[in-house]
Amino acid sequence: MPRNEAHALGEQPAFSAALLDPDLPPPDGVIGPHGKAATKRFAVYRNNVTVSLINALADIFPVVAKLVGQDFFRDMARYFITRHPPRSALLFEYGHEFPEFLKDFEPVAKLPYLPDVARLERAWLDAFHAADAEPLMPETLGAMPQERLGDLVFTPHPGARIVQSDFAAVSIFSASREDRPLKGIQPLAAEDGLITRPFDTVQVRQLPAGAASFFEALTNGHTLGAAAALTLDSHPGFDLPSAISALLEAGIFTACHLENASSELPE
Amino acid sequence: MSQKSLIGASALAGAVAMALSGATLVATTGDAAAATEKCYGVAMAGKNDCAAGPGTTCAGTSTVDFQGNAWKTVDAGTCATMEIDGGRMGSLEPLDRDLPA
Repeated sequence: MPRNEAHALGEQPAFSAALLDPDLPPPDGVIGPHGKAATKRFAVYRNNVTVSLINALADIFPVVAKLVGQDFFRDMARYFITRHPPRSALLFEYGHEFPEFLKDFEPVAKLPYLPDVARLERAWLDAFHAADAEPLMPETLGAMPQERLGDLVFTPHPGARIVQSDFAAVSIFSASREDRPLKGIQPLAAEDGLITRPFDTVQVRQLPAGAASFFEALTNGHTLGAAAALTLDSHPGFDLPSAISALLEAGIFTACHLENASSELPE
Repeated sequence: MSQKSLIGASALAGAVAMALSGATLVATTGDAAAATEKCYGVAMAGKNDCAAGPGTTCAGTSTVDFQGNAWKTVDAGTCATMEIDGGRMGSLEPLDRDLPA
């Protein structure tokens, strides 16, 4: 087997282990131009990998970084990287495990809203990089036969994300990203967030009670009638017309069609 | 059987009609979108330069001792300005513990 191929297959785990652990020697075969061990050269490379990953996390989660302080964030990120090295070559896909990590990371246990703020930030970047798609136009919905609106099924927009939080994650996220003071925010007030990218700009909204459940039900393939009924059961004060307006305005869906009456409802 | 028996067809039609009457603004957002343009290649979190910074220069200072004192930098955040009841959070006092090995 050619040497390069051996590297690509069998020696990758050893290489990536040495990449993240400064106590390990450079991987086998990493040598300087005259055949000597490239310890210092590899150390430079290892350093740049770690620093670029820390920078990526700081760019993806700027609100979390602000909330805990930059120095603390960078130390925490360095630790996160050793536990969750990237699985994609695309840096913008990094950090999906970060919200869960924060949940179990004892030094930030006193900031219980932090994981949800991180989920919002990760969802923001998902929306930013999602495929382009035209949102559902009001005329399309208006052209559907009135007596069969209950059978409408919606196609989710690739950039739409819903983040339900037991904390004021949306207020904290918005205030921090817009450089407004956090004073006055009640962190224990539950908030639901909606992230969409109807055209080229990511939008973040706070949803009224019930709307998140309604949109989740539609996204999971429930018909308009079923989603409305389910939501009214769980949230008696649910404002259906406003939610439909928000659905159109935010661009959560790209299309709708009538479900065949004989087909089964998804569970 | 259809779920629409649970919520009347006329109620749904009314809700959609109300939503559409309030959605006249939306029809114009297509024009608004035409005023923006995409700028490729400027995405965040994709930069990968030499990443020089305090204590992290390209000189190969890759062994960083972060376990002993790192967690003492906690109080730099802005979390303490939020309204709290019960004093359960909003302050991140420095923690003296080391990272579990």
